[in-house]
Amino acid sequence: MIEVQHLTKRYGRFTAVDDVSFRVERGEILGFLGPNGAGKTTTMRILTGYMPATEGKAIVAGFDVFDQPIEAKRRTGYLPETPPLYHDMTVQDYLTFVAKIKGVPSNERSQRIRAIMAKTRIDDVASKLCARLSKGYKQRVGLAQALIHNPDVLILDEPTAGLDPKQIIETRQLIKDLAGDHTIILSTHILPEVSQTCQRVVIISKGHVVAVDTPDNLTARLRGSETLYLQVDAVGTDAVGTLERIAGVTRVVEADRRDSIIGYEVESEQGRDIRRELSRAVVTNGWGLLELRPMRMSLEEIFLSLTTEDAAQVQAAEETAHA
Amino acid sequence: MRNVLAIAQKEIKSYFSSPIAYIVIGLFALFYGYFYAVYLQVFLRDSMSMGQMGMNQQAMNVNQQMLRPVLQNVTVLLLFVLPAITMRTYAEERRSGTIELMLTSPVSDVEIVLGKFLGALALYAVMMSVTLVHNGVLFIYGHPEWKPILTSYLGLMLLGGSFLSVGLFISTLTTNQIVAYIATFSTFLLLWVISWIGSFSTGMFTDVTAYLSIIEHFDDFTKGVIDTTHVIYYLSMITFGLFLTARSVDTERWRG
Repeated sequence: MIEVQHLTKRYGRFTAVDDVSFRVERGEILGFLGPNGAGKTTTMRILTGYMPATEGKAIVAGFDVFDQPIEAKRRTGYLPETPPLYHDMTVQDYLTFVAKIKGVPSNERSQRIRAIMAKTRIDDVASKLCARLSKGYKQRVGLAQALIHNPDVLILDEPTAGLDPKQIIETRQLIKDLAGDHTIILSTHILPEVSQTCQRVVIISKGHVVAVDTPDNLTARLRGSETLYLQVDAVGTDAVGTLERIAGVTRVVEADRRDSIIGYEVESEQGRDIRRELSRAVVTNGWGLLELRPMRMSLEEIFLSLTTEDAAQVQAAEETAHA
Repeated sequence: MRNVLAIAQKEIKSYFSSPIAYIVIGLFALFYGYFYAVYLQVFLRDSMSMGQMGMNQQAMNVNQQMLRPVLQNVTVLLLFVLPAITMRTYAEERRSGTIELMLTSPVSDVEIVLGKFLGALALYAVMMSVTLVHNGVLFIYGHPEWKPILTSYLGLMLLGGSFLSVGLFISTLTTNQIVAYIATFSTFLLLWVISWIGSFSTGMFTDVTAYLSIIEHFDDFTKGVIDTTHVIYYLSMITFGLFLTARSVDTERWRG
């Protein structure tokens, strides 16, 4: 549905987006993850036809955004970082205007506007001026605007930024409901959002794509060895030794201790599940088992490791270039 | 064309939901009324003195001796009023981010430019329609010729259109409305006085500066003359202004 090939955007000597390529299949939600200034917004602006790329190609809904911009735009809905509202217009008037310029036929217009207002739950502010709306409503009117012409592709730039927790959950649910009918790209720097809403993630840093994968695979890929966290009570002496003797355990580290309660990080061989053996050992030794859980690298950690790794590589490359 | 009208309609709506339309029309009506009243007094005094001197009162021409000077003053008024109409068109869209909506919608740059131009022109026409009241009164109490009045309106629309298209272009260059107003006003003034520099000599330079001056082309319309030279001048001015506007929006995209 969306195909991006070797996209590059330079502003003078500054390269905002550098050789970015990825694909999004029909009905998929793709998360665009990166720190501020990574090139997320620039990539989205190129995809929506707001600005041309310096190099590369982008095909949206079967149309090249440079060669057939009108056709591509007809099939794209875009919510920029700040919702593009005319502050002196009412919500109803605003959506009517957007429906007109997005090419919604006049006989379907009022019905379409009503349906979208119900979907994004903004019907109660239909006759209010956009300037008077709260941040949450502005964001939802922005979303309604992007959806009004029932586009194949939805591009959302930080759709949950500035919303309260309840609104964030509602917006995420709305986005999930929209997938299937629409292909969605959403950008964010909030990581849980990606694991909760997206099927695939593109991690971008300093204009480069550093990873493209599903949230689960990303987590798995970066997990070198399996680590379990074990918290026990009333252990005797040499608990570490006892644990290390269990088959498959490679390393045991005492992580924390409070009175008689001790927490251990137990590393095992890759791909070997030692939870049964571990719990049996605890029970046979008469310790109290308080907690046993796998320690997975959170998306935050993955993100940081990927982006800092990348920064280190870039720095190294620059140093070689200068030398 | 449907998109052009949709955008023009939105522009008009937004003029009238902000104070701008009311201030512009109000001030224009006030000053037009003032000029009209003053020149009417002058005209009455002159025609009475001619009557006392035994000359034929019919020799006085209300079109030439009253409406023409009024219109010349109106053109000065336009210098101040029209930049207020165009100053926000693009500047405001860029400041509030709605330009992203415009440029990512399935409409061409030319359609956006034309829509905005028509919107501004419509507000200008509404403003000018105030003068229909005064001229209507003339027809009730006197016998002015309607043809020079008609050509005057044509001239006013062409002159105003030229100003508006240039103002639209300047509005694309800034996000600050005050900067847009001042720059537009200065440009209008320059287009107005450019012929002065050539008035001390003769030859090519004088001809060129006189041709460029936006006001030199207006006078014939008030006399009831439609000269294609002038019509072409104004139409090219409008086209040039709109062309620059479209180009400016396009380069804006490349610069990002």
